[in-house]
Amino acid sequence: MMIRRKPILSTLLYILLSTGSIAMLFPFVWMLSTSLKSDVQLYAWPPVWLPFPLQWDNYVKAFTQLPFGLWFGNTAVITMISVFGAVLSSPIVAYGFARYRARGRKLLFMIMISTMMIPWTVVMIPKFFLFSNIHWVNTFLPLTVPSFFGNAFYIFLLRQFFQTIPPDTEEAAKIDGAGVFGILWHVLLPVTVPVLVTVAIFQFDSSWNDFLQPLLYLNKQSLFTVSLGMNFFNGQFDVQWNYLMAVACVAMLPTIVLFFIGQKYFVQGIALTGMKG
Amino acid sequence: MGISTARKAAKPAVHKSVLNRKEALIFYLLISPWLIHFIFLEAGPMLASLYFSFTEWNMLSSPEWIGLSNYVFALTEDPLFWKSLFITFGFAIISVPLNLIVGLMLALLLNISLPGNKLFRTIYYLPSQISGVAVMVMWIFVFNPELGLLNSFLGLFGIEGPGWIFDPDWALPSLVFMSLWSVGGGTIIWLAGLKGIPESYYESATLDGANAWKRLIYITLPLLTPTIFFNLITGIIGALQKFGEAYVMTKGGPLNSTRFFNYHLYDYAFGKFEMGLASALAWLLFLIILALTLLVFSSSGKWVYYGGEKK
Repeated sequence: MMIRRKPILSTLLYILLSTGSIAMLFPFVWMLSTSLKSDVQLYAWPPVWLPFPLQWDNYVKAFTQLPFGLWFGNTAVITMISVFGAVLSSPIVAYGFARYRARGRKLLFMIMISTMMIPWTVVMIPKFFLFSNIHWVNTFLPLTVPSFFGNAFYIFLLRQFFQTIPPDTEEAAKIDGAGVFGILWHVLLPVTVPVLVTVAIFQFDSSWNDFLQPLLYLNKQSLFTVSLGMNFFNGQFDVQWNYLMAVACVAMLPTIVLFFIGQKYFVQGIALTGMKG
Repeated sequence: MGISTARKAAKPAVHKSVLNRKEALIFYLLISPWLIHFIFLEAGPMLASLYFSFTEWNMLSSPEWIGLSNYVFALTEDPLFWKSLFITFGFAIISVPLNLIVGLMLALLLNISLPGNKLFRTIYYLPSQISGVAVMVMWIFVFNPELGLLNSFLGLFGIEGPGWIFDPDWALPSLVFMSLWSVGGGTIIWLAGLKGIPESYYESATLDGANAWKRLIYITLPLLTPTIFFNLITGIIGALQKFGEAYVMTKGGPLNSTRFFNYHLYDYAFGKFEMGLASALAWLLFLIILALTLLVFSSSGKWVYYGGEKK
């Protein structure tokens, strides 16, 4: 707005924003600090803010007391397959909506957009009934297979992006005799990488953090995901907070790392769409 | 001569319709994954759930048609139906506007060009991108009355903090407070909206003698109405479907003070195996969300201003 500002105002702004930032980050710091406390430090008054010596073996103990290694492995498998499914299927459907004309296309697109508004509870019971009838309960199938059939939000995102690419770019490939998938693979997808990375990150976060679906479909402890494991740990009579915080730190780490990688791609994706639109 | 011209004219037309049919075929082939998903995991289940809502069904025996009884029971007899609806709406009515206002104020601050702005944006945005049980257990511990962050901090000033999520009077406000932690998600959208307002509007208003407050009221807010609209709709839909916090953090308690509607519904479905009743509840919530969304949409013509349109 204004170019020149009074230095007092700038200083006040800095103080305000910094205080807010500290407040935003403090729960993380507290979690990390708790995860490194001994049992005595946990109950000490005044509270210990910087534990010393750091109890790194809390992490080892947390992971050996309950099979968190296995649960992390399960979560990683489910997440990887879901990300693969989403990245594979969504561009194909989006390509159809962006480039091919057919009767009912507009209506189908409208229906797809409106499905994003259906509350999950409305379909929860029939979906559970369906998956239990085909014996998919206590397998990873209900958590992974649907991702291979496209997700409305990702399809919408990719379709919007495809529409910003002028159709002439595909003409040359068409003349060379490239088929439908050849054009998608060789012409469109290479320029779509930032948007695909965005989709992959969204899917990673939602699969990694999913709680409801594992809660519904996984009852055997050997199949638990990290979310279920943490909830199980949390439900125990005598919660060992330092161990639980250690697990929570590890569980958040992939999301935090992806956030920093993702930021770059989100910006790039927006810039690309804006530049070509 | 006449015949050959007709043939010449007809040929490309036939060719074109074949091409159209081929194109339509490719279209349906390409979107078939989503169509299958839609039929089996969205449309089909929705119809099934509507049917189940008129039945008594525990998933073991077959559903028994009982007409509107589930709806009547929910609306007139279920002691916790109105309570859970009241809690859910109470949460939404406070948390949605609060998040809108705080998010916008934050965006206005972050929009002022200051060195280090990017770092601040990242810090405020980060929490909104992290979700799930890890975040919830982190907050359970932050709220812990004896060992948690909040009361340890207050204790340094000699203040004895409340029981937060463990106190029936504080549990719901605690969850509202926690929702503010992820205010940065909305802020990013506010910032994008602010970027879309031409600088020249502010310059000419300043020349006309408008102070900062007037510029906010007469330029910024009217031009941000599409963003307010978006954040309002997504905020309402999200707030009315709270579940994880209730399930993981409070189990709907203490004394049912955080018994959100979806938790109530889940409890009927997978706690008491009353699938018919739970389906009826799901449809009631769906209708409420739909009505509210349509209400906001239909009112939007009066207050949402799109830059492209004429006044």
